[in-house]
Amino acid sequence: MSDFFVNIRWDEIGVATWDTVLMVGGSMFFIVLLGLPLGVLLFLTGKRQLLEQNTFYAVLSFVVNVLRSIPFIILLIVMIPVTVLLVGTSLGVRGVIPPLVAAGTPFFARLVETSLREVDRGIIEATQAMGASTWQIVMGALLPEARPGIIAGITVTAITLVSYAAMAGVVGGGGLGDLAIRYGYQRFQTDVMLVTVVLLVVFVQLLQMLGDRLVLYFSRR
Amino acid sequence: MIEFEDVQKSYRVEGRDVPALRDINLEVRAGEVFGVIGHSGAGKSTLLRLINLIERPSSGRIRIDGDDITDSRGGELMALRRGIGMIFQHFNLLSSKTVAENVRFPMKLAGTYSRDQMQQRVDHLLDRVGLADQANKFPAQLSGGQKQRVGIARALACEPRILLCDEATSALDPQTTQSVLRLLGDINRELGLTIVLITHEMDAIRTICDRVAVLDAGEVVEQGTAAQVFLHPRHRTTQRFVFETEHIDEDELHDDFAHVPGRVLRLTFQGEATYTPMLGDIARRTGVDYSILNGRIDHIKDTPYGQITLSLIGGDTDGAEQALHGAGVSVEVLRP
Ligand SMILES: Nc1ncnc2c1ncn2[C@@H]1O[C@H](COP(=O)(O)OP(=O)(O)OP(=O)(O)O)[C@@H](O)[C@H]1O
Ligand SMILES: [Mg+2]
Repeated sequence: MSDFFVNIRWDEIGVATWDTVLMVGGSMFFIVLLGLPLGVLLFLTGKRQLLEQNTFYAVLSFVVNVLRSIPFIILLIVMIPVTVLLVGTSLGVRGVIPPLVAAGTPFFARLVETSLREVDRGIIEATQAMGASTWQIVMGALLPEARPGIIAGITVTAITLVSYAAMAGVVGGGGLGDLAIRYGYQRFQTDVMLVTVVLLVVFVQLLQMLGDRLVLYFSRR
Repeated sequence: MIEFEDVQKSYRVEGRDVPALRDINLEVRAGEVFGVIGHSGAGKSTLLRLINLIERPSSGRIRIDGDDITDSRGGELMALRRGIGMIFQHFNLLSSKTVAENVRFPMKLAGTYSRDQMQQRVDHLLDRVGLADQANKFPAQLSGGQKQRVGIARALACEPRILLCDEATSALDPQTTQSVLRLLGDINRELGLTIVLITHEMDAIRTICDRVAVLDAGEVVEQGTAAQVFLHPRHRTTQRFVFETEHIDEDELHDDFAHVPGRVLRLTFQGEATYTPMLGDIARRTGVDYSILNGRIDHIKDTPYGQITLSLIGGDTDGAEQALHGAGVSVEVLRP
């Protein structure tokens, strides 16, 4: 048994795991920060909504779709100049966060838009009838009512990011994926590959469980 | 007082204007319970939403207490809406907030109440609607009747002058409907609140409305006091609503008439006259015989009424009819 794990250097695995947590956590922070307002904007300017703006919505929607349809690996490479401009490097954890944010934000914004659309129109009407401003409707009624959906959206986005972050190895991004590619794939060290994959699976499972719990807690049903 | 003057409302559907309301002229008096009855799609919700400008009229004016509100916008519009409570068929409570938080919500939006004031009003209102012990539950944990009571408490939170009820009892069973209607009636009396209630159930109208308008395909086809409209419906639509609630099958009724001889009359008693034993007395004096074909004694709001259909045979039928008139009974001749 110990023979099989001969190639494993646990300290390196520890660093890689932490790097993955940082990449996913760090980019999720910015994704929620940017994606939530973007999703609200998409929702509000959509057809038959409070701030219906057909042209604006069409343009925004198109940009979001374009960003979503670029494969992450390409985004990672194409964005290098922008990344360097933003964080000073295109390597390591820091260098991966901008492309992760660029890929995750439109994805998450769509999920936010969808969960807002699922809020009963009657709730908007009732809140409007109370004399609420659009801002108050969003903050006081729409976001709280859509909270379970938004949390589910955060979970799905975070899990997608774990697999995106694994690709960051290609540009020397670090993290578990990087380890799997460098040792497991390029040097045929199957044990390293196995351990990193198991860790990734555990990580995804934890995220899903945490997300599901929060959704259940906030569903109030 | 709420006044509609020549109000029209069209919706734009696929580039075409589809009229939903036409030539609406109505006057809802301060402190009364005003009912609007109509079939699905008649334009009831649209009419109601014009009062708090959730929808804007295509033309015409709407006035509340003499102020023309038709063009209110911004802060003025928000203040207007705060003075008008609204309850809904499907309650529209926020599922993410507790009962108490739902009731507090409009006050929080208004921003003119202190924390203590809000807490006091929440306690008072929940107590008033009989839900003091449910304050920390979430709406999903309540029954339909309880949800509507929360809706009522929430609608009253900012001390409105007007309460709009959009099919407020249509999702409730008959018993719960009655208790919610009774609550609305009590609140109307206690607070002097003007209530506009739309429904497709004549029973709701009969229980608490002072006056009624009948809406048919976007037009008011009949209006008057609840007693007038309910006991002497003139328009086809109104008649059908009344027959529906009385479970009268018109065709059957006319078949019955064919089997009986004599003059067929419908008598309507109201108030005290309902319980006066005048029929036997008049029959004796005029020597007519009568047989009752159909009848009902009930209440409209607080006034008792009786309505019976009978046939008069032999004796002095004209004299009997006169005597009934004289006793304050309204007489309609269904078959001479
Ligand atoms: N937002 C809208 N856009 C287009 N048409 C509408 C809109 N709202 C209502 N209508 C139309 O206006 C008419 C009246 O609708 P309204 O909702 O006022 O009827 P209602 O009497 O309340 O019916 P119900 O009893 O089914 O609630 C209907 O023909 C409906 O299709
Ligand atoms: Mg309606």
